[in-house]
Amino acid sequence: MDYTTFLQILDSTLRLATPLLLACLAGLFSERAGVFDIGLEGKMLVAAMSSGAVAYLTGSAWLGLAAGVATSLLWAAVHGIAAITFRGNQLISGVALNFLASGMTVLVAQAAFGQGGRTPALSGAARFGELTLPFAEMLRPVPVLGPFYAEVMSGHSILVYLALAMVPATWWVLMRTRFGLRLRAVGENPAAVDTAGISVTRMRFAAVAITGILCGIAGAYMATALQAGFGREMTAGRGYIALAALIFAKWRPWGALWATLLFGFFQALAFRPDVVTAVTHVDIPVPALEALPYILTVLVLAGFVGKAIPPRAGGEPYVKER
Amino acid sequence: MRPIPRWADLVLVPLVSLLLAAVCATLVILAIGQNPMEALETMVAGALGSAYGWGYTLYYATSFIFTGLAVTMAFHAGLFNIGGEGQAQLGGLGIALMLLFVPFPHWSIALLAATVAAAVFGAIWGAIPGWLQAKRGSHVVITTIMFNYIAYALIVWILVDVLRPAGQAEPATARFAVGIPALSDVPGLSSIFTQAVPVNISLFMALIACVAVWALLWRTPLGYEIRAFGKSEPAARYAGIRPVRTVMIAMALSGALAGMMSINNVMGDSGRLLQNSSEGAGFIGIAVALMGRNHPFGVVLSALLFGFLYQGGAEIGLWTSIPIDLRVVVQGLVILFTGALDHMVRQMLSVLFSRRKVA
Repeated sequence: MDYTTFLQILDSTLRLATPLLLACLAGLFSERAGVFDIGLEGKMLVAAMSSGAVAYLTGSAWLGLAAGVATSLLWAAVHGIAAITFRGNQLISGVALNFLASGMTVLVAQAAFGQGGRTPALSGAARFGELTLPFAEMLRPVPVLGPFYAEVMSGHSILVYLALAMVPATWWVLMRTRFGLRLRAVGENPAAVDTAGISVTRMRFAAVAITGILCGIAGAYMATALQAGFGREMTAGRGYIALAALIFAKWRPWGALWATLLFGFFQALAFRPDVVTAVTHVDIPVPALEALPYILTVLVLAGFVGKAIPPRAGGEPYVKER
Repeated sequence: MRPIPRWADLVLVPLVSLLLAAVCATLVILAIGQNPMEALETMVAGALGSAYGWGYTLYYATSFIFTGLAVTMAFHAGLFNIGGEGQAQLGGLGIALMLLFVPFPHWSIALLAATVAAAVFGAIWGAIPGWLQAKRGSHVVITTIMFNYIAYALIVWILVDVLRPAGQAEPATARFAVGIPALSDVPGLSSIFTQAVPVNISLFMALIACVAVWALLWRTPLGYEIRAFGKSEPAARYAGIRPVRTVMIAMALSGALAGMMSINNVMGDSGRLLQNSSEGAGFIGIAVALMGRNHPFGVVLSALLFGFLYQGGAEIGLWTSIPIDLRVVVQGLVILFTGALDHMVRQMLSVLFSRRKVA
């Protein structure tokens, strides 16, 4: 494998890691506040559909993004009502909302466009274009680092850079602000937070809303930047892989970046059977490569996580009167 | 909040949940500009209006009983098995291998062997995530979802590269030499099922499995261990119940039940292994188990209901312009109301009951 091919794979690693990273950070906010969210997948899916539809109808990728975030927030609100207000089972609520997303997206897309549950192909301003970073061409002749900067770092949509910027932003919010301290405390010991006179319900709803926004961006990225339009089940388990990455990252923002880049790399490899064959000298069947990200998710969870300690109050509804 | 009577908790809560789901589904149909009454009429006529219709309704119900029992079994151990889909497809693979490579003199022996193969393959696909959870601490929900995707890819590979007969374009195995009798072939029942229908004698196996699961959970020491473990892991551990063993047995039994579902569709209906043979029945098991309040007899009732929804939904997809995916929406709504918003339903009912006492 030569350097150019390697850079191509890294380039698509970054592309494919972006929705995982956004979803992983989304899950991080929710779980750090003590609300499990299996429904990242469904939120991404509804966001992808509505952003694809609105971007097509208005011709604006930004309006598509707004629509995606709004729909994702709606799903997050239902999850919040079920999990926080009515103290329902958070895993089941997430699974239910995923099914609801899977059916509703096809139903609505079919009713609106009649193309078998897809949204029409996007082009021009309805998609997020690729940005060229400053000096990308000028620095290209610099050995090793030049092509890396020009090929891998430059030439992505603005949402990729937004996702990367979200990593330090998440770290700062969680670790350096009062809001972040309270959010983490709600996930560890809600009773203590309650005693301090802070509403557990409000903190958890705030966290779930942030999860909704980030999943919305992730879904919009899938439909308006990574691909040109929404397709049935287009998220293909990314929400679940993001959850696995979150555990791998031990619920930490920088860990989330490295974990999702790793999973993005697996996905990028699955798209390049020629490279895998050349490196391993084994003719690997295509379905095996397609299963690779899922197999590696299982292996990573089983073998390399070590001791991952989840937020202590995760998954437990807070009952005040106890 | 005042507690509601037990009968209301058992009967009214699922019914009200179902009603809420139906209201939401109606709103969805209206929102996409279709006629809910037309949809309901199509469903009832298509699922119950003919021998053909309820032949299909019962056929789907058979699959859903198995997958619903699978989810129930895991739930009682405190585990959420979302991997019924993959376990069912692996069960189908077990059946295919057994029936393609062993010449059976009679269908009854073939059925026995195929059932064992389906259960073993499903059990393995369930027990691995169980082992990973118990030993390595990886969450069973995420692992079982991953195993669904892996099973799907595995079956595609086997159907395309291994078991596909030479010269056949479609990714499927050869036809099996033996099948099992449909209910329309059973003497005595043929007067009810006047047309050829896919519902077959595996319906009776599903009912037997219900009784077996009930007996296992509530009448054996193993069942006691599973339920105790599900209620409180530290307490069970303190009482000497071995956690790894309990998790693995519960997940293996759960997987075996999901795998046996494939007797119905792979051996009973299609007569060969196809891609995506379980067609989402593994996921419907979640809704069936929740709606059936995690009790085998409740599972039978809610499996019948979902059989109706599934066959009715297929007819809607055929005869109206509402997409067949409405089924998934209803499934999601039922899971949401019965599994996650059950406290909301109970609160609504408790208001009702407390008012009645005052008056």
